[in-house]
Amino acid sequence: MGKTLFEKIWSKHLVRELPDGSSLLYIDRHLVHEVTSPQAFEGLRLAGRKIRAPELAFATMDHNVPTTEDRLEIKDPISRDQVEALKRNCEDFGVNLFGLGHDHQGIVHVIGPELGITLPGLTIVCGDSHTSTHGAFGALAFGIGTSEVEHVLVTQTLVQQKPRTYKVEFTGRLAPHVFSKDMVLKLIGTIGTAGGAGHVFEYCGEAVRSLSMEARMSICNMSIEAGARAGMIAPDDTTLDYITRQERPYAPKGQELERARAYWQTLPSDGDAEFDRSLTIDAGSIVPQVTWGTNPGMVMDIDQPVPAPDSAAGYSRTDVEHALAYMGLEPGKKLTDVDVDVVFIGSCTNSRIEDLRRAASILDGRKKADHVQLLVVPGSHQVRLQAEAEGLDKIFTAAGAEWRYAGCSMCLGMNPDQLRPQQRCASTSNRNFEGRQGRGGRTHLVSPEMAAAAAVAGKFVDIRTWLEIG
Amino acid sequence: MKPFTTHTGIVATLNRANVDTDAIIPKQFLKSIKRTGYGQNAFFDWRYTSSGEPHPEFELNHPRFDGRSILVTRHNFGCGSSREHAVWALVQDGFRVIVSHWKEAGGKRLQAFADIFRTNATKNGLLVIELSEDEVNAIFDLVDAHHGLQAAVDLDKQQVVFHGTAPMVCEFHIEPGAKQQLLKGLDDIDQTLLYEADITRFEKEYDPFGR
Repeated sequence: MGKTLFEKIWSKHLVRELPDGSSLLYIDRHLVHEVTSPQAFEGLRLAGRKIRAPELAFATMDHNVPTTEDRLEIKDPISRDQVEALKRNCEDFGVNLFGLGHDHQGIVHVIGPELGITLPGLTIVCGDSHTSTHGAFGALAFGIGTSEVEHVLVTQTLVQQKPRTYKVEFTGRLAPHVFSKDMVLKLIGTIGTAGGAGHVFEYCGEAVRSLSMEARMSICNMSIEAGARAGMIAPDDTTLDYITRQERPYAPKGQELERARAYWQTLPSDGDAEFDRSLTIDAGSIVPQVTWGTNPGMVMDIDQPVPAPDSAAGYSRTDVEHALAYMGLEPGKKLTDVDVDVVFIGSCTNSRIEDLRRAASILDGRKKADHVQLLVVPGSHQVRLQAEAEGLDKIFTAAGAEWRYAGCSMCLGMNPDQLRPQQRCASTSNRNFEGRQGRGGRTHLVSPEMAAAAAVAGKFVDIRTWLEIG
Repeated sequence: MKPFTTHTGIVATLNRANVDTDAIIPKQFLKSIKRTGYGQNAFFDWRYTSSGEPHPEFELNHPRFDGRSILVTRHNFGCGSSREHAVWALVQDGFRVIVSHWKEAGGKRLQAFADIFRTNATKNGLLVIELSEDEVNAIFDLVDAHHGLQAAVDLDKQQVVFHGTAPMVCEFHIEPGAKQQLLKGLDDIDQTLLYEADITRFEKEYDPFGR
C-alpha cells in the first residue's frame, strides 16, 4: 500500500520508536517568539543545559510588539521585559534572531516562508498553535507548549503519539470573491472545532491546487481551529516557484536545490495511499463566510440569518445562547444589517502581500465609513516594504486606514491594539473567542475582501452583490 | 515534576463545551516571563467583573466549590492557543484533575481535550480524564445533588470514584507513556536523553534534502 505525504515525512524523521508506543521524532526547524519561550530558556539555565542545534532555531518578536511608528520604544514595561528577555536569550544561547527593527522581523509564520526557513519535507515546530501554517509547503508543522519548546532546544526531538490522517478534498473551482479563508471556515463549520483533533489534514483537490502559496497558507493556518494537529498540502510547481522566485537566504541553492527538488517530487501522497478519514467539499458551492458566534466553527454563509439556539448543529442550546448573548446578536438577524466599529486586516492568517492586494482592490478609490476604525497590519517588515513599493499603503491611507508596522496586533491584542467592550470587529484573523481581541470585544472572522468592504459600508456586506451594486 | 498517584478532592463543574485557552488565561497574563503567578487569573474574564469583583454568576465562584481540586467540564476543553500558561494557571489555581467527555458526532468521536492542551497538562502533573458523555452527565447530576461532592482518583488503577449516596465508579483510558510520566513524576528531557546515542546516530545519517 502507498504512503501519504504525512507518513513519508513522519517515517523519515523517526529517530526511534519508544517502548511505551510513542515515537521520538527529529525536528528540522524550531521557530521561537517572545511569549512562549522565556520559561523554556529559564529551564535551560536552571538545569545547566545547552541548545543542541542553535543553527536550527529562529526567533522573532511579534506577539506583543507595538505596530505604531514609535514601536521601538515599548511603553508597557512588562512587554518590554519580555522582548528584552528574548534578545538576551538569543544572544546567550546563539539563536538566530530577527528582532524588533530588523528588516526581517514579522509574524513568525510569515517570516519562516519568506526567509526559506520553511521548506517541503521538513518537520517544523513553534510554541504557537498556528505553526500549522507551514504545512502549506508540504512540511509537517505543528504547535507545541513551552515544556516542548525546552525539549526541542535540548534534544532537537519531540516525543509524539502518531496522529491519524484526514484527507480534505476541495473539488471544483472557487466562485469570484470567494477565497481560501472561506474554504477553511466552511470546513471548520462543517466538522466543528474538535472535528480534526488527533488528526493531520491533507488538503487536496482542484480548488487547492489552483491556490497561490499565500492562499494555501491561510488554509493550513486555520487547521488548528478545526482541532487538527497539522494541515498539509503536497508540494508542486507553485511551491517550487515560491521558494525560487526571489532570494530566500535559508533555502537550498544550486546543486543542493536540484537534489532537494528531486526529493520533494517524491513527497506527494501515493495514488493508493489510504487515509483514516476523508471529507469532500464542493469548492464551487462555497459562498463568503462570516462567523456569528464565539468559536470559528460558529460560522455561516453571509446570506444566511443568525441561527436560533436549537438550530445550530453541533452546539448545545446553552452554548448558542451564551454565544449570542456575548455577541449581542438575535436569532434570525442578517449580519448584512449589523454595523461594525473596527476592521482589522492582518494576522498570521491574512497579512501576506496577496491579502493586502485583495484588500486594496476593494479600498482603491473608496473611503472607510466615518464611524469605523480600520487597521491594516502587514505580517512582516518585508510585506510592508513590498506593499509600499506597489503603492498599496497610499490606497490604504487614502481610504482612511491606519497603515501599521508588522506584528500580531489585534489578532490577540497583546499589544495596545485591542477592542473595547462591545466593539464589533470584522477581522481577517483566526479566532473569534470571547475576549480574544480585547475583553468584551465581538469578533467576526472574514476574508480580506469582506473585511475591506465592511470598512467601506460600515456594516457587513455580501461582497458579491455589494460590488455589483457598487 | 511532582508524581501523581492518587488524589481525593472536591468536584466543581463548568457546564460549557469548547472552553478555549484564551478563556482559561487571557492574553494580558502572557507577558510574564515567569512560570508562577497565574492561578488567581484563571478564567479571568468569566471569574471577575470589569471592576475586579468575583462575578456572582460564574459557576466556579460558588461557595459550594470552595477548596475544589477536580474540574468536570465538557468536550474539546483547552482548544485554541498552545499557551502552556493555561495549564500553569489551572494547576496554580488548585486543580489536580480535569474530567471531560468525548462526543459522538456523525459516527465519529470528538475528543474530550484538545491535543496540545493534553500534552501540556501531562508535562505539568495535571491529570486529564476522558469519560463518556453519559458518565459526565451523571456526574453533573451528582454534583447538583450533593454539595461538596468528593471524588477519589487512582491513576495506577485508571479509576475515579465519585462519592454520592452510592459510589459511582468510572474507569478511564490513558496512554502508557503519559501514565508512567505522571506516576513517576519523570523529567521528560532526562527521559529523552537516555536515547541521545540514537539522536546522534540519526543526525549523522540524516539528509533533509535527500531520500
